Amino acid sequence: MSDKHLRRIAIDPISRVEGHGKITLLMDQDNHVQEARLHIVEFRGFEKFIQGRPFTEVPYFVQRLCGICPVSHHLAAAKAVDQLVGVDPESVTPTTHKLRRLLHFGQVLQSHALHFFHLSSPDLLFGFSSNLAHRNIVGVLEDYPDIGLKGVKLRKYGQQVIAAIAGKRIHGAATVPGGMNKSLSDEERKALLVDIKDIIQWSQDAVDLNEQIHLQHPENHGFATLTTSYLGMVGKQGEMELYHGGLRARHADGSAIIDQFDYTNYTQLLREEVRNWSYMKFPYLTSLGRENGWYRVGPLARVNLADFITTPKAEAARQKFRAFAHGGYVHDTLAYHWARMIEMLHCAEAIEELLHDPDIMGTDLVVKGTARREGIGVIEAPRGTLFHHYQIDEQGLIEKANLIVSTTSNNQAMNESVRSVANQYLEGQEITEGLLNHLEVAIRAYDPCLSCATHALGKMPLQVELHNAQGDVISSLSKSANGTIGCTFD
Amino acid sequence: MNQLLENTLTIDGQVVPFSAGQTIMDAALAAGIYIPHLCHKPELKPHGSCKLCTVDVDGRSMSACTFPASQGMQVANNTPALTEVRKTLVQMLFVEGNHLCPTCDKTGDCTLQALGYHLGMLDGHFPPFYPRREVDASHPDLILDRDRCIMCGLCVRASQQIDGKNVFALSGRGAQNHVIVNSPSGKLGDSDLNKDDLAAHICPVGAILPKNHGHEVPIGRRTFDLHTVAESDIATFNLHKTEHHDD
Repeated sequence: MSDKHLRRIAIDPISRVEGHGKITLLMDQDNHVQEARLHIVEFRGFEKFIQGRPFTEVPYFVQRLCGICPVSHHLAAAKAVDQLVGVDPESVTPTTHKLRRLLHFGQVLQSHALHFFHLSSPDLLFGFSSNLAHRNIVGVLEDYPDIGLKGVKLRKYGQQVIAAIAGKRIHGAATVPGGMNKSLSDEERKALLVDIKDIIQWSQDAVDLNEQIHLQHPENHGFATLTTSYLGMVGKQGEMELYHGGLRARHADGSAIIDQFDYTNYTQLLREEVRNWSYMKFPYLTSLGRENGWYRVGPLARVNLADFITTPKAEAARQKFRAFAHGGYVHDTLAYHWARMIEMLHCAEAIEELLHDPDIMGTDLVVKGTARREGIGVIEAPRGTLFHHYQIDEQGLIEKANLIVSTTSNNQAMNESVRSVANQYLEGQEITEGLLNHLEVAIRAYDPCLSCATHALGKMPLQVELHNAQGDVISSLSKSANGTIGCTFD
Repeated sequence: MNQLLENTLTIDGQVVPFSAGQTIMDAALAAGIYIPHLCHKPELKPHGSCKLCTVDVDGRSMSACTFPASQGMQVANNTPALTEVRKTLVQMLFVEGNHLCPTCDKTGDCTLQALGYHLGMLDGHFPPFYPRREVDASHPDLILDRDRCIMCGLCVRASQQIDGKNVFALSGRGAQNHVIVNSPSGKLGDSDLNKDDLAAHICPVGAILPKNHGHEVPIGRRTFDLHTVAESDIATFNLHKTEHHDD
């Protein structure tokens, strides 16, 4: 259908989501939202401006994509850079492999804690349309101090793991081509062990809280929910794997699309579609085609896809999660948070295991091989599968780079969830604060962090526009950087 | 009057001895007094180009690295006014190049970065130039990133005076000033620069760096994590104590 027959509602941008976001709802003449467009209107151009730079700089450049999950970008790039010096993921030393896993578990733990407690729990604890001034982490700390404080401490602990390995909580320095620049001292290891029992218990509490919230709110089950296929990484036995493994994609009914797929061949698996209204691309599984090949990534995908989780408490939680869907896949979009907390519990348990492994204090840190011109690193970042692909010239300068960040993989799904919510909550031709809140809750289920994909930081003013079928603005609503709602157009 | 009393000057009120032929910088460093500088190394002839060592000598602004010490000289060094001037100079050096500390392999070991901290620099203040000069990665062991060069001439002098080569030169004037390489192609890979040469290691910023290496020293163990720039430069002086005589 031509756009000229649709009304247009624009919501610009989204609060409590890092980065720019703007939503346009294209409505047909029957007031149904026919298409939702989550516009990515900012462009940071990392893939372009690292061209011509030495490949050794890349993990340090790209971690600046994000302040929430920099370690994931750092490690994905490091895995690619390893290949540029001739080192495959299986060839790094045990100390390097385990230090990187520990670093990544710290990253996922702190990011998941931030995502749920700081950014999403206010919606779930207070209600989507509750007082905006109170619906934030400070409000959670006031009304639910036990929950809020655990969240803050969980995030802090993840950052302490990162700081012990990378020297800083955010944007540290850990990897070198083919290895790591330091191991953990016994003193650092013991310091991290002091709080780990609490961290595991609090993570378990967070799983229980999310399970309770989801089960007690059946109205949430269908909220922004989509029945989709999923993509994620799994280990060799089909276990949940966040650092290194093969790719698995499955249909919504659990039937196989691919399994144990070597991610260095990802260009055969995925293609990216460009649409002229967004800087964020639309990846799809090549075998399923452009229309049907979109998929979801991230915690929901990973917990659905994993045959089991290697740590006992998280595995027990996974089984309860899957039992909710009677053994099938859980498609509820708000169950992303539940799955996220299961992963956080897994990270906490895995951190404890690694802290008892003497290899993390080893001195054999770096290996080198024969230089290559291409490297591809893939990792399961907090928000989902993250692809880093680099090519260098004969002098070691970056010639070409391609990044598919997690949010990009969820692009189509976020649009579809927004469309679903808009159809459910749009009342007539009036844009309400309630609609706006609900749309933001849908986006936040996937991602509090558009900065990696949208490439901007900080909150931005929010603007909502309603366009009629002729393209005229008939109503608008704005949201300032501090959350103040106001009418900008009558 | 004995010889010792004849050969003294005063820096910020402190009486400092010197010997014939020493500059103010030499005398200050020998006495453990730090005068900020970037283009000076004790083992090389002074250059006087960065102007960070500007001091007030009897009411006049002078480069401490080139101005000879003399009897009874009154030198003002660590004053708020001079700190402000030096900070401005460092800010200008930052904005003239692409000094992206977070990604630079030299971070933590960079004297320009350390001076920024030392002088209390909190921003670039001036609009950045964002230059686009050629990165020369043609050498098997070294890389030359001209966008980080601060034209201090240390590599030029080290190559000529210590390495016995003539690999580098500064060419162009004003904003066009840039480092060039003495080789048939103008490329570092065709020059006789060796990775063990002093010129390969003397760069105070990240313009000349080892190739295919980076961030190998963890945060907390880098030069300026462990020492202030003042401590580092005074220690360097004591290792390379020398006098500068005009040839």
